[in-house]
Amino acid sequence: MTEILTKTDPATRGLVPLPHAAARVLLLAGGAATAASAFLAWTWTSAFPGDLTINGYPGGLQWLTFTAGILTVLFALARYGTPGLGWLSPTGNNAPVVLSALGALGTTWFTVIAIATDLGGLTNLEPGAYVAAVASLLPLLAALALPQQGAGEQTAKETLGHYIAKAERIPAPRATAPWIQRLVITAVTIIGLATFTYGIDTEYGELFIGYLFVVVFTLWALHTAGLVDRFSALVAGNRSFTLAMGFAAAIAFPFTQTDDHYANIGVNILIFGTVALGLNIVVGLAGLLDLGYVAFLGVGAYTAALVSGSEFSTFSGVQFPFWAAALSGAAASLIFGVLIGAPTLRLRGDYLAIVTLGFGEIFRIAVNNLDGDSGPDLTNGPNGIPAIPDLSFFGYNFGESHDIAGFTLGRFANYYLLMVLIMAIVVLVYTRAADSRIGRSWIAIREDETAATAMGINGFRVKLVAFALGASLAGLAGTVSAHVTYSVVPNPYQFAGSTPPNSAFLLAAVVLGGMGTVAGPLLGAALLYLLPEKLVFLQDKSLLAFGIALVLLMRFRPEGIIANRRRQLEFHETGQLDVPDTTTLTDQPAVTKTGA
Amino acid sequence: MTTQTTPVLEARDVTMRFGGLTAVRSVDFTVNSGEIVGLIGPNGAGKTTFFNCLTGLYVPTEGKVSYKGTVLPPKPHLVTQAGIARTFQNIRLFANMTVLENVLVGRHTRTKEGLWSALLRGPGFKKAEKASEDRSMELLDFIGLAHKRDHLARNLPYGEQRKLEIARALASEPGLLLLDEPTAGMNPQETRATEELVFAIRDQGIAILLIEHDMRFVFNLSDRVAVLVQGEKLVEGTPQVVQADERVVAAYLGTPFEGAPGADEVAEVEAAEADADTATPTATADSTTSTRGESQ
Ligand SMILES: Nc1ncnc2c1ncn2[C@@H]1O[C@H](COP(=O)(O)OP(=O)(O)OP(=O)(O)O)[C@@H](O)[C@H]1O
Ligand SMILES: [Mg+2]
Repeated sequence: MTEILTKTDPATRGLVPLPHAAARVLLLAGGAATAASAFLAWTWTSAFPGDLTINGYPGGLQWLTFTAGILTVLFALARYGTPGLGWLSPTGNNAPVVLSALGALGTTWFTVIAIATDLGGLTNLEPGAYVAAVASLLPLLAALALPQQGAGEQTAKETLGHYIAKAERIPAPRATAPWIQRLVITAVTIIGLATFTYGIDTEYGELFIGYLFVVVFTLWALHTAGLVDRFSALVAGNRSFTLAMGFAAAIAFPFTQTDDHYANIGVNILIFGTVALGLNIVVGLAGLLDLGYVAFLGVGAYTAALVSGSEFSTFSGVQFPFWAAALSGAAASLIFGVLIGAPTLRLRGDYLAIVTLGFGEIFRIAVNNLDGDSGPDLTNGPNGIPAIPDLSFFGYNFGESHDIAGFTLGRFANYYLLMVLIMAIVVLVYTRAADSRIGRSWIAIREDETAATAMGINGFRVKLVAFALGASLAGLAGTVSAHVTYSVVPNPYQFAGSTPPNSAFLLAAVVLGGMGTVAGPLLGAALLYLLPEKLVFLQDKSLLAFGIALVLLMRFRPEGIIANRRRQLEFHETGQLDVPDTTTLTDQPAVTKTGA
Repeated sequence: MTTQTTPVLEARDVTMRFGGLTAVRSVDFTVNSGEIVGLIGPNGAGKTTFFNCLTGLYVPTEGKVSYKGTVLPPKPHLVTQAGIARTFQNIRLFANMTVLENVLVGRHTRTKEGLWSALLRGPGFKKAEKASEDRSMELLDFIGLAHKRDHLARNLPYGEQRKLEIARALASEPGLLLLDEPTAGMNPQETRATEELVFAIRDQGIAILLIEHDMRFVFNLSDRVAVLVQGEKLVEGTPQVVQADERVVAAYLGTPFEGAPGADEVAEVEAAEADADTATPTATADSTTSTRGESQ
């Protein structure tokens, strides 16, 4: 920031030595060529998934290259100030162009390399693949030849940093009519739903990776252009409308699916996300590091299974209606939460983490042993409680497919819709609790427990409320999950495993997505569920991959993918963007805080 | 001073030991209503520790503290509930909360909406939230930070953070306000403004006990000043009395002070004073050197 002041002559060189006019032409031509190369045949055999063999008709991954090429062209045109596209690049900085070009390069080269390695050798590449590889390099080179402040005066690394830096001051958007704002939110929701649906529906791992390349770099480009900030401001001004749109999109999802398998993924993401949101109360708001949270999901699931009417349940004669089962699940979890919380919440920081970790494992081991041999017969031990009957509301059987207005809703789609309702409840509880006297005292405890108690907050009691509330929300989600999976067994409710949900993944979803936000944990849960689901080839290495991903994220974006609302609030209320970037850096160490 | 007023705070025989170290030794202390009392003493004298004993952050090894006649339990939230509010020597704001939210947290003891009312959002909840917000905004107006209500506390300049801490403490509607070095790190203008602020708070009927190293500030403000040295109360009286007391000067300059100063001790003190001839009789030089990392 200071160099701008000290510099008298703004350096107008690019990193790549190329005349500006040539760079601008090359950028557009390269983007267009990248998009066009998707229409060539990249390989000779359809053994590589997606069939990339036909000239004139792109398939699978080629569509991603096409999209990325088009996006690069759009960002480039906006950067040149093309009328009508100015909104895409409010400050005209280089970063969006560079990043979208990187996305195109990434997905294209990944595809080419994947073809060569999957099929065993470069001979499997048709000329089209080489064309694509070269074409996708051009826009990046050209983008790096665009004039950039500071280029040439600093090391290449610093210069590159400038090329992908976010715009420093984003001019306030023109005032728009409310209906236009809502139109924008609606459009973004539809695009978001389409993008998300595409991601869930990817049929093979390579396509999902290519998809991630395009999505991540495009979002990054939008962020550096300042559009994400503008959109957050828009959302802050239309909060309830956005919430309504979000739920409309969530409800619309199963209607876009023809295969119930994807609805199954959807319902699992929702369960995982709902539980993560409950954990967010404990970790994100109150700052209590709970490493055994999945046990509460287990308590809810087991309670629901016990009263579901399953013939393998200890109370096989008992069949509660779902609302009663849901309430019992939540209540059982709440009692467990209080029982575990009461002795442990007097501990601070790391000690609490260790004790909750222990209690989480105790739950799983206890359930494993309550089989009539080593303990009273309650849970059938490792066999669990199978054959949990499907739910049925007013004759609407969740186990069967139903045709509604021309759409077929399968079993999982039914449960998905039920889960949307549960999630809506949890979101409501979360937002209302957070914005109240009790929510403020949670945040105060997280920020500085000593000061909070000196302000009259009974730390123990307030923490216990957070703990119990979080537990009962997880229990509520658990009651649905018992029905979705037909059976409950002890094993999934462990501290760490390669598939969600487990305590480590839940915590990762919260931290990765953004602590203290509503959207963050949901996004984190979606990502953490989809990655192992889609990247089957990672198998047992997936935990290692997550470890690396988490370390990288904490290094480069410690506040999580979605920054805490406090920062957005400040941006919105004061209309200033001069909040130093580091403001959010310390939002997260609440987790690592070892007492005051 | 014609003081025929009731005691607000009474500390009897308060002792605080950390293992072998006695940080506060049998201190008796009274603050009367409407009074501004200063507590001074060299670094490490035990002033902050004494504050922590008063507010329940430490459980005193011996002695008891009572507020308006009732003995206080050593629990910080109950002490605040009873009517004693405080600020901290090392600013302890809720850094990632906004200015307004910080003050709203201070309202905690004077509001009672629980989780259920937050979830149900009945008319009572909305009314209480509104009232809290109005009261907090009044306080922000009072300290002059109303225009920064939505800034994060961490982004405020130092002086404003100290003021915000005072507003947050006032939000609990205390009868006694404890200020731990309210001007530490402030420039002369800010210090003067703080002086005005303290008087204004006293005029609202709130008794004030303040720790300070800025002697001019303390002696200007206080009706009464007590000097704590090595955990013991050495002198107590009006600013004039304390200023004139040679033991105080000696204590600040590090000379032993056992018993009443004998002739040779007086000579010693004088010698010391002569040595430090740049030093003003009151030890203002200390005022900015006292922020220590780990104390409360
Ligand atoms: N929690 C604690 N454990 C052990 N010793 C402590 C603790 N708190 C304070 N002390 C010690 O008690 C003594 C008095 O400390 P205190 O912070 O009360 O001094 P102070 O008068 O406030 O000094 P300053 O003017 O520097 O703020 C010091 O020697 C300090 O090291
Ligand atoms: Mg102190």
